[in-house]
Amino acid sequence: MKTPKKNEGSNMDRRSFLKVSMLASGALMVGVGSYGTLLAGETAQETWIPNLYVRIDPDGKITIVSKNPEGGQGVKTAFPMVVAECLEVDWEDVNVEQAPLDDRYGRQVAGGSRGTPDGWDDLRVAGTAAMHLLLAAAAQEWGVPSAECYAQSGTVLHKPSDKFSSYASLLETAAKLPVPDVADLKLKSRPSDFKLLGSFVPGIDNAKILTGQLEFSSDVRLEGMLYAMFEKSRVYGGKLLSANVEHIRTLPGVTHAFIVKGTDDIRGLQPGVAIVGESWWEINTARKQLKVEWQTTQTDSSAEYEKQAEALAGGSGETLRHDGDVEATFDKAVKVVEAKYYYPFVSHANMEPQSCTALLHESGKLELWAPSQNPKSGRKLVSKTLGIPESRIHVNQVRYGGGFGRRLRNDFMAEAAWIARETGKPVQLQWTREDDMAHDFFRPAAWHHFKAGLDDSGRMIAFDHHFITMGKDGETISGSNISPKRYPAGLVPNYRLRQSIIECNVPTGPWRAPGASAYCWAYQSFYDEVALAGGLDPLQFRLGLLSKSYGKPPLDLERASNTLKVAAEKAGWGRDPGPNRGLGIAFAYGHLGYVAHVAQVVADGSNIRVEKVIAAVDIGPIINLSGAKNQVEGAIVDAISTAQLEITFVNGAARQSNFHNYRLLKIDKAPEIECHFIQSDNSPTGLGEPPFLSVAPAVANAIFAATGTRIRELPFKRSGINV
Amino acid sequence: MPEITLKINGKDHTLDVPADMPLLWALRDKLNMTGTKYGCGIGRCGTCTVLVDGEPRQSCRLPAVKMAGKEITTIEGLSADGSHPVQKAWHEEDVPQCGYCQGGQILTAAALLDKNPKPDDAAIDKAMKDNLCRCGTYFRIRKAIKLAAVYAAETGDES
Repeated sequence: MKTPKKNEGSNMDRRSFLKVSMLASGALMVGVGSYGTLLAGETAQETWIPNLYVRIDPDGKITIVSKNPEGGQGVKTAFPMVVAECLEVDWEDVNVEQAPLDDRYGRQVAGGSRGTPDGWDDLRVAGTAAMHLLLAAAAQEWGVPSAECYAQSGTVLHKPSDKFSSYASLLETAAKLPVPDVADLKLKSRPSDFKLLGSFVPGIDNAKILTGQLEFSSDVRLEGMLYAMFEKSRVYGGKLLSANVEHIRTLPGVTHAFIVKGTDDIRGLQPGVAIVGESWWEINTARKQLKVEWQTTQTDSSAEYEKQAEALAGGSGETLRHDGDVEATFDKAVKVVEAKYYYPFVSHANMEPQSCTALLHESGKLELWAPSQNPKSGRKLVSKTLGIPESRIHVNQVRYGGGFGRRLRNDFMAEAAWIARETGKPVQLQWTREDDMAHDFFRPAAWHHFKAGLDDSGRMIAFDHHFITMGKDGETISGSNISPKRYPAGLVPNYRLRQSIIECNVPTGPWRAPGASAYCWAYQSFYDEVALAGGLDPLQFRLGLLSKSYGKPPLDLERASNTLKVAAEKAGWGRDPGPNRGLGIAFAYGHLGYVAHVAQVVADGSNIRVEKVIAAVDIGPIINLSGAKNQVEGAIVDAISTAQLEITFVNGAARQSNFHNYRLLKIDKAPEIECHFIQSDNSPTGLGEPPFLSVAPAVANAIFAATGTRIRELPFKRSGINV
Repeated sequence: MPEITLKINGKDHTLDVPADMPLLWALRDKLNMTGTKYGCGIGRCGTCTVLVDGEPRQSCRLPAVKMAGKEITTIEGLSADGSHPVQKAWHEEDVPQCGYCQGGQILTAAALLDKNPKPDDAAIDKAMKDNLCRCGTYFRIRKAIKLAAVYAAETGDES
């Protein structure tokens, strides 16, 4: 993972530089990027790939390009805000344009909460450099030192003479000026520098969303477009033997039905049957008569996983890390606490089921409208699957209805592209909800056997962790691993991580904070058990754990402690919450963000209501207060929802199929939320994932406080708790 | 294929639809009105909500042929310019994240306020509980409905 850069005013790579050009239309364009070498050492020649963000038209229209995929994380508002802040223009005057996939923009990924930390420097340089040029242009026209000029609201002003010029009137002069040295640019860095950043800015596409005008992936409509579905084996890895496609072709509204041989890549184009027609409803109706003979071999089942987990628990597993000597320390510990935690597979359940639109142009160019969180890897997959060079594939980034990591896989792109080529028509592939849940890349289940040894002050002096997880051929699979560097490694003098693997043929993948979104619940619930066994308050125990590291600290101890203290203070930690009520606390560090949550629940027997969740978050300066709070609020609801959900498998296929048996949280269970940002001077980091992690354990710990029931298995109902 | 006339957002549309085609797909595939979204197809998510004679209904479960003679309102037609109190409040509170479910949420909220101009949390939860939001915007939906109630009252005072 990329380490955040120290937050200094001008910290750009000295080799970064800018390119300025005047378009034929008279628009001034400023690009920014890094000096680099061509990938894969194809040539030693160094090349300049400009990343274009800013456009100002002669009529004064300001356009800021947003490069990353947008699916609800708010980047299409936040990124242009950073450019606008540095460009010194009013937000009301800014138009935002979504970039297609274009290698000149560098990384175009919605994943790993990396958008903000990766984009922060480029976006500021783009805005600041453009402003710098306009300032210099005005100074030249007026014959005054540029140091006497300043920019504000799309205008350059000269203080001593009260002269002013609009940006639009300075474009021609600015375009002729030499490129500024990035090292000379003073970049705004801290909350005290900002005018726009940190304020509450509603989403840039709200007007369209609220009137039904915004085009989501499924809403793309092309001239002559057909609709498509793709039937795959519900048992993972099934081979297609035969299908009654001739019959399907005779059904009303069906224009094409054919078998796709596919590949062995479960992340790519699998074997299946394509049904294409004039309306989605008609092909959906025709599909009910589809008969496919599958050859299946896999028999994965949740019951079998559980049996294997029990058998493996008795073994020692593979030791991934061992600091000190845990066994010897357990022998001399004043107290030893042991517990087993389990969580199930869960689904992404994007509100918009997977879809994708594709058109093979007569020229041979393939054009896609893709709801992808990683369109570049999608382009690569399509290229490989169809044998079309990447240079002949154009990917438009369309808004998608929720990602959460599902759309880092691009199977739908390969399917849509294949069907479009086979039919020679523009085609929109639209999965059903049932397709979406069956063919997800699930967050994998795991078991955690924890053992902690305490000294007489209640401090954890030994920690043994046997992690039983999913894998293939003895290796972990996507989303199923734990880094041996992850805390509490480094916070306990004697630490051991052991791993055992259950063979798994189910497709897995990144799910909002892969791994951590699940195991943070296990760790932070167990800490409560350890705290109470040692006679310590759960907050005090955690602060103690964060007070000292052994070797290099695995996280910033001060920032972590501080978020805990802020959450505790705002929640009035230590107070009596009232009858049948309980408070729970947990903290997390993930994807460079520091978060702590305090939850308050009220119990009516085994029925729990989460009344309120308080979050303290340190991700450095906030870009868009509204977008940031939205991520924190949404993560709280998502985490409470997910702690009550599970995907189970029988005979190699998922049992859950739609929202009647995979029941997302509804509004009547949503808590009050309070969100506190600690706006430090650290560089800003991402917020898609960090605020999810410590919610479920805070709630589970609160349930224990209210009821005495310790939840060691998810979903909650396994412990007889209804939330 | 039956020919039907649907009155949508105050305007008549004549179209041919398969007899069993739900209103959702008639809107999306026959009329290219894509504001109404597909979410589950079994009436369990509320993403496809439209108003039928002012009542929120899940259009994935309504045969289009049975909608003749009804007043259908989709998110495109709630107001001419996005100025409905619910739409204004939704923007002020910045409710949407991905936005996919929000058309259904807004129509359900608008129908609630028509009947109950000042709903409390319990009334909001009851009216809105068939509309799922995977992004978890519920907290803001409650706030926005209360703000919309204020806007609606102000508009009412002026008229």
